[in-house]
Amino acid sequence: MQRKRFSPWPYLLIAPALIVIFAVVFFPVLNAIGMSLQSYDLRRPSQIRFTGLANYAAAMRDPLFWQALLKTVMWVGVGVGMQFVFGFMLALLLNRKFLGRGIVRSISLIPWVTPGVLIGLMWRWIFDGNYGVLNDLLLRLGLIHDKIPFLAQQSTAFPSVILTIIWQGIPFFALMLLAGLQGIPEELYDAANVDGANAVQRFFLVTVPSLKNTIFVTTLLRIIWVANSVDVIFNLTEGGPAYSTQTLSVYVFNKGNTLNLGYASTMAILLALALALVAVPYLKTLFKAQEEAK
Amino acid sequence: MNGRQRSHVRRFPRLRRFVRALPGHVLLVAMLVFLLFPFYWTFVTSIKPQKELYGSTVTYWPKAATFDSYRKLFSEYNFLKPMLNSLLVASVTTIVSLTVSLLAAYAFSRYRFRGRKFFMSLFLSNNMFPTVLLLIPLFAIMRKIGILYTPSALILSYTTFTIPFSIWLLNGYLDDLPMSLEEAAMVDGANRAQAFLKIILPMLVPCVVATGAYVFMTAWNEYTFAVMFTNEGNRTIPVALKNFIGQLGVEWGMLTAGGVITIIPVCIMFFFAQKRLVEGLTAGAVKG
Repeated sequence: MQRKRFSPWPYLLIAPALIVIFAVVFFPVLNAIGMSLQSYDLRRPSQIRFTGLANYAAAMRDPLFWQALLKTVMWVGVGVGMQFVFGFMLALLLNRKFLGRGIVRSISLIPWVTPGVLIGLMWRWIFDGNYGVLNDLLLRLGLIHDKIPFLAQQSTAFPSVILTIIWQGIPFFALMLLAGLQGIPEELYDAANVDGANAVQRFFLVTVPSLKNTIFVTTLLRIIWVANSVDVIFNLTEGGPAYSTQTLSVYVFNKGNTLNLGYASTMAILLALALALVAVPYLKTLFKAQEEAK
Repeated sequence: MNGRQRSHVRRFPRLRRFVRALPGHVLLVAMLVFLLFPFYWTFVTSIKPQKELYGSTVTYWPKAATFDSYRKLFSEYNFLKPMLNSLLVASVTTIVSLTVSLLAAYAFSRYRFRGRKFFMSLFLSNNMFPTVLLLIPLFAIMRKIGILYTPSALILSYTTFTIPFSIWLLNGYLDDLPMSLEEAAMVDGANRAQAFLKIILPMLVPCVVATGAYVFMTAWNEYTFAVMFTNEGNRTIPVALKNFIGQLGVEWGMLTAGGVITIIPVCIMFFFAQKRLVEGLTAGAVKG
């Protein structure tokens, strides 16, 4: 397969994709860095000028920035963590033989392909303080005595938002882990049985180690997606009440909407740097796996 | 699986197996109820009459089911407009993204060239940037070059965001087709392009369709860019849905009816494409 002679063809073939990506990703990223160094506010276009690291200093002093960062860590930590736990459970349940397994598997993936806006809005209706079905169910079960305005009060808004993102992410984890489960050779379990391992031991000594790579890649991928997600929170609460559900992504989005583009870019860059901690190992693993597959 | 073999030997093996699997089945049903209930609730809401929606008791199936919300959605709200806008954006994005990605995937799969690894990483790293990081400069750029508030702004953005994963999927599918197929055709006098078009492309059709479904769904579902880059005239479905939340309250009947209509094409596409899509998606994570 190795071609000795220089050929321009591969470069020409990737050129269109490369051009688009430079124009729509890499150039804007440079642009964002430039904007973060200016007092770039479209409401005051005459005052746009270079201000160095002033925006970064402002972010460090901004209590809402730190609060949003903390919310992001909790949103990602609890959200992705629970997605993993329940996704793994679903994968194990779907990995058994039963009638209609194919259909059940397809149907259980639907939340994954549902638009984020619709997810936000569907759950907003479920959580509704007056006519919401969740309140009605809890009342009928006798678990509460008064209706709870889930999204309207600070104490319940953030847990409600996290519940929604857990719901959204379970199918993706299940899908990836199920594919991993089906790739575990039967002989490994047979060998464990011969050695007298019980079900729990088989799970921790065979299943989990065999899925190590799948778990790693899927978790990193989900962390990046969940940290970047705007649509679910924005359509549930728009970051409120009193900023209690405002993650960094939502904060940037809200700032962008107020046209303070310099400050919004600054926070977006800080978010990107934080995510690079996750993205770099992800890309390394993915690339290694792909090269080894050849 | 020794456990199962042992139970075969005992009496009533089927009953025993069923009892053993029962807790799992119960758990699975509970999980499915949790995952699917919001869709059921959305549908039920969309066929409730106005007074039942905001009544004192919550009904789990409408006493008087009606398709009023759907009718109003098209007659009063003109939901067809955002549907057509979404269809236009998603279709053009699919065609452009597939063409560009197919060319690049072919290069990555069939050529070994200097910088191959570098370019591959470049494409893959593309999706690691936060959406909101690109959103702001792109908004300024699109405004400057005059395509803000036109479908082109969304098409260009969505094409770019779907290219990396499309290349990844198509590259994987191409790697599964042996090189000898084209080499045989080229020995017979065909050039590379002919060999690709006549031999490889026809075999690749199902994979191209699956990748196309991914691109289409992504463009169809996207909200964050759509809300910034469109206005009244060309807003897409996700933005239109959000617009049912007004200053004076939420039109839940129409909103849920719109939601049901939005999700039906996505589900149909997904069911047809899911096998190959899942294969391609999991290959990277499961191998290695």
